[in-house]
Amino acid sequence: MKQRIFIILTLLLFGAMVLAACGGGQAEPTEAPAPTKAPEPTQAPEPTQAPEPTKAPEPTKAPEEKKFSVGMVSDIGGIDDKSFNQTAWKGVQDAIEKLGIDGTFLESQQQTDYEKNINEFLAQGKDLIITVGFLLSDATTKAAEANPDAHFAIVDFPSTAPNVQGMLFNVTEATFLAGYLAAGMSETGVVCTYGGINIPPVVDFMVGFQNGVEYYNEQKGADVQLLGWDNETQDGLFTGNFESTDDGRRFAENLFDEGCDVILPVAGPVGLGSAAAAQERGLMIIGVDTDQYVSAPEFADAWLTSVLKNMDVAVFDTIKSAMEGNFKGGDNYIGTLANNGVGLAPFHEFEDKVPDDLKAELEQIKQDIIDGKIQVK
Amino acid sequence: MADAPTTPSEAPEVEPKERHASSRLYYAVLVPILSVFTALVLGAILILITDPAVTGAWKNVFQAPLAALSATWESISTAYGALLSGSLGLVEIWKALGVALSGGGTEDLAVALVPLSESLTTSVPFIFAGLAVAIGFQGGLFNIGAEGQILVGALCSVYVGYSITGLPWFIHLPLALMAGMLGGAIWGGIPGLLKAYTGGHEVINTIMMNWIAIILSSWLLKVGGPMARPDLPITPEVLPSAQIPQFFSTQGNRFHAGFFLALAAAAVIWWLLYRATTGFEIRMSGANPHAATYSGVKVKRVWVMIMSIGGALAGLAGTVQALAVDRWVGVGFSGGMGFDSIALALLGRSHPVGVVLAALLFGTLRNGATRMQSVARIPIDIITIVQALVIVFIAAPEIIRWLYRLRQPAEDLTPTLSTSWGS
Repeated sequence: MKQRIFIILTLLLFGAMVLAACGGGQAEPTEAPAPTKAPEPTQAPEPTQAPEPTKAPEPTKAPEEKKFSVGMVSDIGGIDDKSFNQTAWKGVQDAIEKLGIDGTFLESQQQTDYEKNINEFLAQGKDLIITVGFLLSDATTKAAEANPDAHFAIVDFPSTAPNVQGMLFNVTEATFLAGYLAAGMSETGVVCTYGGINIPPVVDFMVGFQNGVEYYNEQKGADVQLLGWDNETQDGLFTGNFESTDDGRRFAENLFDEGCDVILPVAGPVGLGSAAAAQERGLMIIGVDTDQYVSAPEFADAWLTSVLKNMDVAVFDTIKSAMEGNFKGGDNYIGTLANNGVGLAPFHEFEDKVPDDLKAELEQIKQDIIDGKIQVK
Repeated sequence: MADAPTTPSEAPEVEPKERHASSRLYYAVLVPILSVFTALVLGAILILITDPAVTGAWKNVFQAPLAALSATWESISTAYGALLSGSLGLVEIWKALGVALSGGGTEDLAVALVPLSESLTTSVPFIFAGLAVAIGFQGGLFNIGAEGQILVGALCSVYVGYSITGLPWFIHLPLALMAGMLGGAIWGGIPGLLKAYTGGHEVINTIMMNWIAIILSSWLLKVGGPMARPDLPITPEVLPSAQIPQFFSTQGNRFHAGFFLALAAAAVIWWLLYRATTGFEIRMSGANPHAATYSGVKVKRVWVMIMSIGGALAGLAGTVQALAVDRWVGVGFSGGMGFDSIALALLGRSHPVGVVLAALLFGTLRNGATRMQSVARIPIDIITIVQALVIVFIAAPEIIRWLYRLRQPAEDLTPTLSTSWGS
């Protein structure tokens, strides 16, 4: 009998928890309706909604002035990928800190989540919804068409509707520099790259990288080989995902076995697996999207540099102008070497190992690209 | 509390046979419920220890014990409150219903129903995929290949859905559904054939088939690939004539006819397992393949059949999701659904009714997690952890029995899982 009593007590406790949680849920609406039903207050005096005032006195957040609210939807790589999504999220975090906005994110775990997460933010009446990544373009376009009053911004895709701002990056300019640098630093004369999924924003990195290597060969009469990508066939090595660090290690080990000593993984968190492999063998790796020497310091002695795609700056600027009422729907922000939207990170531990004349050449090439003397792509 | 002497003294009170039957049901229901409950409690603890507001308040617990308690309460109630309002939204429905009944219009009600119907929508692929794994368990086979079967099913149905034009919907839609089922059935049937006629273990082979499906899809769907749009790594949109209709036009309400298809599938599988000769053969092969062979069941054929039916069901999971909700397929379509379905088949004790209930639970959790993430800022991973803990407790019911001082059941109720490995 004792056991029965114990079970009943447990179930009672469970019931109590459920009720309590419901109570928590009730407290919620005082917050939630504020943003979602913002245009409705005209209807408030209606007697039907009379029962609500009982809960109104709760001093949650009602009296506070409504902040500019931003919702960010990540792609399937996850918000803490130490690269792509994280960089974009940093832009929102900077805005939270410096502009005092209200920012939240939703992580997508599968493609169905794109639409669902965007809908969730629409329901909460966010002032600006930022979708991160090419893969969200279809869902963003549809949501923008269905909600012409909502404001969207998408990273890595051009604007597709008058209420969508696109953010594009000429990463080929930066990877051109990275390719030249890699070719100059390679001792074996073999450099390599691989990508996550075969989509233009990924391929851009690889195209620029090859161009940079070829430019080096042209200038120096050298014969540095590139593994993992071929501009002619437009095909190369891809892991097929943006998640598996195991794949990153496997791909890197294989490429290193082929003699490569500088690797450029273009696959978000997958690259961390390659960084571990590079570190163990004492080889060099080039980070992507953000300065990975800073975001993944555990591989500090392996990062030669990183190809910066300053999405944080772009996201911050987009939020800032939207907040000031200058939302540039229908327009595209384009990050280049000239406006510092893309670039190369410092060499950090390789500062002394990169020869001075190579550094000078890189500076010159950078200036030439900005001036249009070197045509990239 | 559960001192052994009380148990035998109680036993004579109940009629032995009756007690056996009632305790069977008792444990089949109680252990899963307690597992979910315990997992949620552990999830709450995780939420608490990762919340800086709570840990900060507890550091000053001696100066301000009430503050610590209220911070704890605040954290848990915000998180699980958001989970509930995002997955069921009963409070909002109740209010909106009041507005609607007093003549205030039904617009609020339509909005309030979104969380609940979205939970049901999220459950649909889980029901199909859960059944796919459950029928495997019933026949003593461990189908880990649902992930790949979902993907192949979705790809086949979407291909039929966008490439064939000019058909009326009553031909096009069934055709697309059949294509998805067939694709899944082939993908599941191959490991079944390998198991039956070469002895290749289905666990290994279904995992391999998953990889083949994933890599095949990334080739088909790369930009400019055979099934992709010229500018995007996703398939073209399914034509309206092959789409499964959604019922509501409210923003965010994606509830669709596939839900009833899923319930129908569960009913068919229940009938097949417990009312048809085939089902008896399946369960017999699962309980003891040697005895089944001896009594004239063609176990090898049963294996192939189980894997094909399971594959067809998993294929339908992807098909229905693609034709009703997404209307296109991209890389990463299945997103772990196939693996979650193993957990929910275990939770549902491989019984169709249990699977439906478990799928509804998983769909609800998954859907509520979105609100929890956006309002309470709890990472969506907490739900993955809760699901994982549920599996641990289901797989090791001893933990639950010890924790809640339950008696040993009369017999082991989950023989299906363990037999899969030895055979």
